[in-house]
Amino acid sequence: MVELTLPKNSKVTEGKVWPKPEGAKRVTEFHIYRWDPDTGENPRMDTYFVDRDDCGPMLLDAIIWIKNKVDPTLTFRRSCREGVCGSCAMNIDGLNTLACTRGIDEVKAPVKIYPLPHLPVVKDLVPDLTNFYAQQASIRPWLQTETPAPGAEWRQSRHEREKLDGLYECILCACCTTSCPSYWWNSDRYLGPATLLQAYRWIVDSRDEATGERLDALEDPFRLYRCHTIMNCANTCPKGLNPAKAIAEIKKKMVERQL
Amino acid sequence: MKTPLGNVRGLGSAHAGTGHFWLQRLTAVANIVLVTAFLIIVVSIAGSGHAEIVAKLSNPFVAILILAAFLSVLTHMRIGMQVIIEDYVHTEIRKIALLMANTFYTIAVGLIAVYAILKINFGL
Ligand code: SF4
Ligand code: SF4
Ligand code: FES
Repeated sequence: MVELTLPKNSKVTEGKVWPKPEGAKRVTEFHIYRWDPDTGENPRMDTYFVDRDDCGPMLLDAIIWIKNKVDPTLTFRRSCREGVCGSCAMNIDGLNTLACTRGIDEVKAPVKIYPLPHLPVVKDLVPDLTNFYAQQASIRPWLQTETPAPGAEWRQSRHEREKLDGLYECILCACCTTSCPSYWWNSDRYLGPATLLQAYRWIVDSRDEATGERLDALEDPFRLYRCHTIMNCANTCPKGLNPAKAIAEIKKKMVERQL
Repeated sequence: MKTPLGNVRGLGSAHAGTGHFWLQRLTAVANIVLVTAFLIIVVSIAGSGHAEIVAKLSNPFVAILILAAFLSVLTHMRIGMQVIIEDYVHTEIRKIALLMANTFYTIAVGLIAVYAILKINFGL
């Protein structure tokens, strides 16, 4: 059955309160989830105070500031710091989002930060995305053709190319997938919004010749039809994409090829 | 030790689900009309005596409408319940038992309704 409470060793406890920066005038309080697999202790919420006059404006700036100036053991992923790589996805103030594209002043203080929900935690704010990536790989996210490749490029009309707008921009941050209640309960069999959006990106690509096989692989009560149009995915996507709509389009195609 | 991709591929696609998806939408549309009609019938016979109710329900239009309403609502209910069971029940044996119970319950309610309407109409 679905578990609605955390197992005993996952209960989050009160953590350390780290010292306030000396002489700081503008301070923002942060509560951050900490868990270290090597200590065998329960996860805890640590409290940090960030000197806003010494720190950049974004939430990622703040956690980098904490790591540099207060606590070097704080662990998180980041790379591009401009919303392109998808690595700094975390749950901030109850919403899955990218720490690098959200301003500190956009969320209410004290700022609460957790790892992406419902995934195994590797350490602190780093979740284990193994299953998520395997699901992405399972839908073969590349151009599949049998016609011999043309000497130059595969041609596509302007109109055909426009059909990929709102799909190709996905950065695989997993914000949407980990916000989806259906994915929480059935992540072993339901592919989740990010993977289904990616699947649709290839289904509508005019150059692809495997549309039927792609639909075949998705036509399943769990892989596709666990989506109940709850819309959390569209509300949370930091790139403003709408996976729920892409999923609805896949379902339409399923019906279309039967009626 | 399966690889992550092996786990995700699992037993493969069931190549099913679209039938239920379509039927759920179809019965949703039918329910709007049929349930409205059913409610109108219920309101119109509320408070009447036995003989009067039997007379009204013996009208073939009314009887067929009620049977259609039951068929549509029960089909819709069964699929909806199945979705909930599949969402939340993960022990295979428990899930199968509940899916069976769901089907039996739906058929039982349907048969009772059909029997009642036939009895009223044909005095079986
Ligand atoms: S719309 Fe579908 S994919 Fe998106 S959150 Fe809801 S159930 Fe999940
Ligand atoms: S659809 Fe949006 S939230 Fe989901 S993985 Fe792509 S960019 Fe992230
Ligand atoms: S660091 Fe690359 S998306 Fe935030």
